[in-house]
Amino acid sequence: MPTITYAEAIKQALVEEMRRDPSVILYGEDVANFGGIFRITAGLKDMFGDERVFDTPISENALVGGGVGAALTGLRPIVELQFADFLFTAGDEVVLKAGMWRYGHGGAYRIPLVVRCPSGATATGPEHGQCPEAFFMHAPGLKIVSPSNPADAKGLLKSAIRDDNPVLYFEHKLLYATRGEVPEGEDFMVPLGKASIAREGDDLTLVAISAMVPKALKVAERLAGEGHSVEVIDPRSLVPFDRETIIESVKKTGKIVVAEESYKTLGVGAEIGAMLMENALEYLDRPLRRVAIPDVPIPTAAVLEAFVIPNEEKIYQACRELLS
Amino acid sequence: MALERDKHVAQHALLTLDEAQLLAMYRKMSLIRRFEEKSAEMYTRGKITGFCHLYAGEEAVAVGAIEALYDKDYVVSTYREHGHCLAKGADPRAVMAELFGKATGISHGRGGSMHLFDPDIRFMGGYAIVGGGLPLAVGLGLSIAYKEEPEVACCFFGDGALPQGAFHESLNLASLWKLPVIFICENNFYGMGTLVQNAICQEELYRFAEPYKMPGVRVDGMDVLDVYRAVTEAAARAREGDGPSLIEAVTYRFRGHSMSDPVEYRSKREERIWQERDPIKNLRRRLLAEKRVSEARLDQIDAEVGAVIDDAVKFADESPEPPLEELAKNVYVE
Repeated sequence: MPTITYAEAIKQALVEEMRRDPSVILYGEDVANFGGIFRITAGLKDMFGDERVFDTPISENALVGGGVGAALTGLRPIVELQFADFLFTAGDEVVLKAGMWRYGHGGAYRIPLVVRCPSGATATGPEHGQCPEAFFMHAPGLKIVSPSNPADAKGLLKSAIRDDNPVLYFEHKLLYATRGEVPEGEDFMVPLGKASIAREGDDLTLVAISAMVPKALKVAERLAGEGHSVEVIDPRSLVPFDRETIIESVKKTGKIVVAEESYKTLGVGAEIGAMLMENALEYLDRPLRRVAIPDVPIPTAAVLEAFVIPNEEKIYQACRELLS
Repeated sequence: MALERDKHVAQHALLTLDEAQLLAMYRKMSLIRRFEEKSAEMYTRGKITGFCHLYAGEEAVAVGAIEALYDKDYVVSTYREHGHCLAKGADPRAVMAELFGKATGISHGRGGSMHLFDPDIRFMGGYAIVGGGLPLAVGLGLSIAYKEEPEVACCFFGDGALPQGAFHESLNLASLWKLPVIFICENNFYGMGTLVQNAICQEELYRFAEPYKMPGVRVDGMDVLDVYRAVTEAAARAREGDGPSLIEAVTYRFRGHSMSDPVEYRSKREERIWQERDPIKNLRRRLLAEKRVSEARLDQIDAEVGAVIDDAVKFADESPEPPLEELAKNVYVE
């Protein structure tokens, strides 16, 4: 199996799906001539022509709203936002139009739209550094994925493009350069709504999202050296959410830590905690622990950012606390 | 105001349209008026709840514009969209049932007055966010252009949408990409209770076309033929690949912003002046003056339309409530 980067995996998915289906188009700020702010789409304009890959002005309302209009008339638009934070400038179009229009209009049509959202803190501060998945998990009608490795990045994007629902695809900026084995062949897909068990274990369940997954795997390795068997679960899709895999794991371990790059209040961990209260309380022998961003905007200064973004040490300490 | 400017052209249009077309326009306007009168009555009787924005007074805009389009052209509307939806050909029964919140409603009771939708007639929705339909129309235009189809997307919005960012993003993009979109601004002078002059720096709204390098015209929105003429031109231009147009239709809503608006911000005198310009009476007067049709024929149309609306109300009233077990249906495509 070839080893490629997360960024290359995303590009591979785009190329394969655009080859496969002429109704797939790709647009956004600087995607065509510049090749995308993170160079993901470099060369795609030459490959598919400027009718299918084109630049747009800085107009997020019109980009996402236009995507909804194009999607409900038979195209499969992929809109690239330069930063996930820009979802907020297109709030009406993302939440109310893409997410709720189908339902509000009696289910008369489909909205096969993908919005690609580069996420994650990279010393870029409160408006270019968020992982805002949890904000949108609250909105009915959207599907949400956050791949943590190249294979999932490719497989989930292909599924997202082929899905008939609007999908927010969060690609973590710090993962772009990470490498991993990615299956070849156009048929390789990762289903939406299915978690992956990144490492099996019996003593503690460690749920990690996106860029937290590599950190969680390192923590699990360290704890293994101390005699603890940690199961690392990567939900991959946040909507739909694979509750069963987490419940089954907790039944085995009785302990759970959630590591995420969201704000702590009403983050993904809060939802997982509530879900376990409703479905698996009797299996928990210790309280849930959340490792998340304290409820402050993400500061730009390196020392402050490093302090708020969950790191291996914080995840390790949370696990140790439950294992002691 | 330049309302009188092209009056002779509109008069000419009256002469060139055949009787069937003129009567179709009259019938649709009368249908919308009767529908809205009944909606108000049903709202007062508690049959319709929530928001209900009536279109009475503005019928000439929807009817004049949509008559100038082909059936396969798309229409995007606003939260004041009963008129556009009916003019595009929706079944009054399904529209009234939606207002009643019934399972037989055009959106199965999920959307209500502000979210009518019927893809079969390419009525692409009312929407409840001011200016929210404009980006959508850009997307429809993009889709049409990509597939090299001959259709156009006709997008209605009120004067209240102009200060929204989405308006400017959408006009820029539609013009930049020469998309087949017709932007129709229904200027009824008030964004809820705020006068246009207090909300927009340029009160001649059609002039917003200029910076976006598209034709901009102001038409008499109380004259169905004036609207028809302008939209015919804009549609031809769009179909030729020459891009979008902005049409400002000056009009007046006879009732408040919504059913809960006591309309204390405008004078009775102003209302009377505009009521004398009633678009339905206006067309009726001209049809009779030019002896194109008999009074009895117009009365007969009014009576037929009245029966259609009475039937729609009866249908809505007798229709079942949406079943609770289908609550989550259509949140996602399964």
